[in-house]
Amino acid sequence: MPLLKVDDLRTYFHTREGVVRAVDGVSFQVEPGETLGIVGESGSGKSVTNLTLMGLVPMPPGRVESGTARFNGVDLLRCSRAEHRAIRGKRISMIFQDPMTALNPYMRVGRQIVEPLLIHERCSGKEARERAVRALETVGIQDAPRRLLDYPHQFSGGMRQRVMIAMALITRPQLLIADEPTTALDVTVQAQILELIKQIQSEMGMAVILVTHDLGVIAEVCDRVLVMYAGRIVEAATTRKLFQRPGHPYTRALMASLPAARKKGEALYSIKGMPPDLTQPINGCPFAPRCEVAVPRCQSAAIALREFREGHETACIREQEGELP
Amino acid sequence: MNALSPILELADVATHFPVCEGALIERQVGLIKAVDGVSLRVAAGEVLGLVGESGCGKSTLARTILRLAPITRGRVVFEGEDLGNLTRRQLRAARTRMQMVFQDPYASLNPRMTVYDALAEPLRVHRIVPYAEVADRVSALMERVGLAARFAKKYPHEFSGGQRQRIAIARALALEPKLVIADEPVSALDVSVQAQILNLIAGLCRETGLTLILISHDLSVVHHLAHRIAVMYLGRIVELGPAERVFNRPAHPYTRALINAIPRPTPEHKRDRREILLRGDPPSPMNPPRGCAFHPRCPYASEVCKQSVPELMDVDEGRTAACVRLSDLPGYEDLPAE
Repeated sequence: MPLLKVDDLRTYFHTREGVVRAVDGVSFQVEPGETLGIVGESGSGKSVTNLTLMGLVPMPPGRVESGTARFNGVDLLRCSRAEHRAIRGKRISMIFQDPMTALNPYMRVGRQIVEPLLIHERCSGKEARERAVRALETVGIQDAPRRLLDYPHQFSGGMRQRVMIAMALITRPQLLIADEPTTALDVTVQAQILELIKQIQSEMGMAVILVTHDLGVIAEVCDRVLVMYAGRIVEAATTRKLFQRPGHPYTRALMASLPAARKKGEALYSIKGMPPDLTQPINGCPFAPRCEVAVPRCQSAAIALREFREGHETACIREQEGELP
Repeated sequence: MNALSPILELADVATHFPVCEGALIERQVGLIKAVDGVSLRVAAGEVLGLVGESGCGKSTLARTILRLAPITRGRVVFEGEDLGNLTRRQLRAARTRMQMVFQDPYASLNPRMTVYDALAEPLRVHRIVPYAEVADRVSALMERVGLAARFAKKYPHEFSGGQRQRIAIARALALEPKLVIADEPVSALDVSVQAQILNLIAGLCRETGLTLILISHDLSVVHHLAHRIAVMYLGRIVELGPAERVFNRPAHPYTRALINAIPRPTPEHKRDRREILLRGDPPSPMNPPRGCAFHPRCPYASEVCKQSVPELMDVDEGRTAACVRLSDLPGYEDLPAE
């Protein structure tokens, strides 16, 4: 049974400029212990999807228009606030891109780390402190008892991200949502943090949703990948299958625009045009106007994610019918 | 590249910032050696990549070259002129020949100036063209960076990130500079937009013979565009050489670790476990380790490394690296010989 099953999720923002369809019919599931990557460019809806699950979308202007998100049988989108609170920070935790803004600058990190314990597990202050020390040690922070008394600004960027991870994992959640956890970090520190997430995951057996724009990070840590474009999932596959042969022209274009994909000095592939305006209704495939292999029916046909080979789903109708090489 | 005469020459350049404390009576409590002894020659028409982790001094070095940061020691010679000795008037004239493109186009463009104003301002200030020709020059500039001239009356907020970066590039090119320093020009952009901007920069360098110093933490970006790569660590250059070789056959242990840490978009790619995962963060430039600044994180460090600061030594044709244990490192024999 999947740990999390999201069905037909739609999160719209009602603004003066119109209704922005930030997430428009997204369905996926997360199995216990697996790492699911969500990749896409800014505005593709990857963050809003996860913020919706965590109940962190400001409403208004945001509104969940449809969908269900079953986590262990509880629908996260329809449960009471008390039920949500019992899950959030306890069984599902989230870490964010910028640890400086996600940590409270006025609070010693020790107090921030034990906060979820005091709220969710009602354990004593002494026990909480011991667990905080252990949590900091797990994430590789030396001299933990003393560092608990430090403030966030006394840590470097990579160390702050470790503190965030310690805080997210202290209640031993079943699902960790990591939204661009390494984007603000140097590559060397990024490698450490990714390694850390992998290691803790295998020890605790938790599932991870990793949101990133970096295909390299996906290849490194994820079991399965969702590719998002214009608020929809356009491709879903195991990591190996996706990189062996991407099943959507958008994914292919994305991979071709990486500097590593070309010989040195050769012009990089660039996707023509711009992502669609999400306030306007989209007919057919959202990528069709920028797609090099689009045919007229791409703009009119009904688009849905379908399995076109084992363990590999695509929303491209030409791919589904085997028309693309 | 080296055969050409250098347009920019740095000789033992250092930039130190004092750290002061105390509200009434300020006293100096430390010294941050952001750049500490960099020597470098950049040939006309060359694209030089400058890489390193945050805090390694790459941005400060760029600012020092433009004299936006003080030159504490050493000489910066640009087109035969020692920038350290110029009067304000002379410096102002020299700065028309060197320009900078910043990382964040949202912050580097004035939100209350239209594209036209932003591009016309340098032309007017420095009286590059007669007043009547300013409009033509602005449209020509916009065209050159791939923006339609009809956008001239728009404000920065009406553009996407990639378009804004095009405006910033057009503004840097307005004075037809000899040298452009681009500080992380694509790191705020999405992959597909990044490809467009990189193509634009590559095209401009090819067509106009522009000299470019490209600063980035993304080694694959630098490798793609640069002729040579300089790797900085804690205010010093630790490796300098042709891009192809530095990227594919790094010599210095730090460069190796840096390149090994790049996540590759190929799941089959397995890292060399021993070399990656540098422990910890770069040390503070206020209190650098003795000897080679990299030794506390270096998997190959030995006693010698703690003794003295290594100088850049020849590795192979046109490449130098600052590591005393270079010949003891695994794979040294595989490095292309001279």
